[in-house]
Amino acid sequence: MPRWAGRVNIDGMPEAAAAPLAEPRPPRKLYRSSDGRWLGGVARGLAGHLGLPVIWVRLVFVGLFMADGLGALLYAAFWFFVPLGLGGVDAQRPPPFTTETASDGRRRLVARKPDKGQIVALLLMVVVAMVFVGSVDLGNGAKAYLLPAVLVGAGVALVWRQADNARRARWMEAGRRRRTLSLLRAAGGVVLVTAGVSGIFVLQGSAAHLGSVLQAALAVLVGITLLAGPYLVRMTQDLSEERLMRIRAQERAEVAAHVHDSVLHTLTLIQRNAENAGEVRRLARAQERDLRTWLYKPEGTGKDEADEPANLADAVRRNAAEVEDKHGVPIEVVVVGDCPLDERIAAQMQAAREAMVNAAKYGGEGGAVQVYAEVEGKTVFVSVRDRGPGFDLDSIPADRMGVRESIIGRMERNGGTARLRAVPDGGTEVELEMERAEKTS
Amino acid sequence: MSEPTEANESVEPTGGSAAERHVRVVLVDDHRMFRTGVQAEIGRTEQTGVEVVGEAADVDQAVTVITATRPEVVLLDVHLPGGGGVEVLRRCAPLMADAEQSVRFLALSVSDAAEDVIGVIRGGARGYVTKTITGTDLVDSVFRVQDGDAVFSPRLAGFVLDAFASTDAPPVDEDLDRLTQREREVLRLIARGYAYKEIAKQLFISVKTVESHVSAVLRKLQLSNRHELTRWATARRLV
Repeated sequence: MPRWAGRVNIDGMPEAAAAPLAEPRPPRKLYRSSDGRWLGGVARGLAGHLGLPVIWVRLVFVGLFMADGLGALLYAAFWFFVPLGLGGVDAQRPPPFTTETASDGRRRLVARKPDKGQIVALLLMVVVAMVFVGSVDLGNGAKAYLLPAVLVGAGVALVWRQADNARRARWMEAGRRRRTLSLLRAAGGVVLVTAGVSGIFVLQGSAAHLGSVLQAALAVLVGITLLAGPYLVRMTQDLSEERLMRIRAQERAEVAAHVHDSVLHTLTLIQRNAENAGEVRRLARAQERDLRTWLYKPEGTGKDEADEPANLADAVRRNAAEVEDKHGVPIEVVVVGDCPLDERIAAQMQAAREAMVNAAKYGGEGGAVQVYAEVEGKTVFVSVRDRGPGFDLDSIPADRMGVRESIIGRMERNGGTARLRAVPDGGTEVELEMERAEKTS
Repeated sequence: MSEPTEANESVEPTGGSAAERHVRVVLVDDHRMFRTGVQAEIGRTEQTGVEVVGEAADVDQAVTVITATRPEVVLLDVHLPGGGGVEVLRRCAPLMADAEQSVRFLALSVSDAAEDVIGVIRGGARGYVTKTITGTDLVDSVFRVQDGDAVFSPRLAGFVLDAFASTDAPPVDEDLDRLTQREREVLRLIARGYAYKEIAKQLFISVKTVESHVSAVLRKLQLSNRHELTRWATARRLV
């Protein structure tokens, strides 16, 4: 995921510098924790980054809060600048979002454990705030501004949490909460901020001026949006463009890596085996095939092809590739149409593979083996053709079961037909025809 | 490329009487190694009858060389700097249309991507062969293109069958957008690796008839409903 690489680099922080560098893994970055957080996930994130128990970090923050609210400032700064991420999660704690995804409205009260934590945090904060307010000795006039200021702070916090949730929903499927809830939250934040701001104004003037003050506030807001809007838009555009460039660069690097890994190695092998024409050809064919799949199949990058093929085209190509590698005879594959594999088609694929092996073994001298597969409606047709010396079924002793059993017999047992015939100008062609099973249609 | 085991019994156009047949060819490919290889393989004029009169490595060069030398056949790579083979075809369209001495194009590519191949064919190329083709077959193909015939490799035949099979929507021009049963059969046999001669034997028709079927398919491919085919090619890329 490129977005991790593009995050604001905060590795210059002393904590990061102190991180152990024994393992050659990428440098750890500080993220706020999205799991099990009470407020912004700052404490958890820091704890995970520093390798300390969460409670210590939280206590430090509370302690700092006592010192003229320094803790709150610090916390707010972290919240603002550190991106939300998956870092800093304690391994032993079960991830709380599993309970969240299981919620269906009714069970949410039980499932939403983090909310309980939030309530505790909120209560704690209120208590701390009381202590703070009680202990701070301000002028009479200044004290009146405290409540609006707290309101503003709460509103901003609410809106920022909202933004976090949106961000989390982007890379985690857990963002299934009701839209209304998030809307309510955002609205609540805005109302709180507005109330706080207008409270400050109202305190200055009298309640009679409330209307005009609100208007002025609105005007200022609109003005700011108008001023900052274009810059914001341009910034987002620049960012997305930059991300695109980064993705491209990454793709290029991937191609280079692939070319380096497989192509150069194959070329080296070819140089080593220069006298052995057959081996060289086999290596070159295998490499060509590999590179082709890699280049022209965007989704199947050829890396994770260990699993069984699910459709006809893949199955045919896979079989051909395997036979080609084993017997060193080039096999040219043409597939028209495609369909999912069912038992019948799978049986046909096995028969086709057998035919390819035969063709490669006995007809490979005459040149490439040609395999053609076509899906037309419900019929799947496969033809395997070689240019060898030809083949007469009747001349093969009855006890030799190869062709009879593994090709003809197999096709007929599954309700298909197999035909072997000599091609006019030499060579043999095996034609396999099979109807697809009913249920797949 | 110079394999001792020549692919098949395919027609030896050279024989001993090659001198009668003569074709002037321009090679367009951005890989000099490849041009040299092809030149070495088919360029022995007295044996093959093929005379390489020019080479080009990109689109601009190609257009210049082709206009200057007026060859009968151009061996055209699909991937070229400056816009690819399609661009060469576009800019050489007047030369192709020239009734008196028409230049014909044969696409020669390593690409497996259907839209590359279908792209050059729709651009006016008379055929498409892969670079793994043997020298003998290539010479044969060049002469066939010179004769005005179409050259389909098995793979191209597969692509074409696929393209026409998947155009389910009612075609704009019924006659043009549909392959006849016979054309389909011929294409299928090409896709199965049959030579024209073998197809003729198989279907009890003459080689000339096979050729005319193939040419008809080519014409349909070049003229048929553009939108459908483009959509098909795009969808294929995404699949």
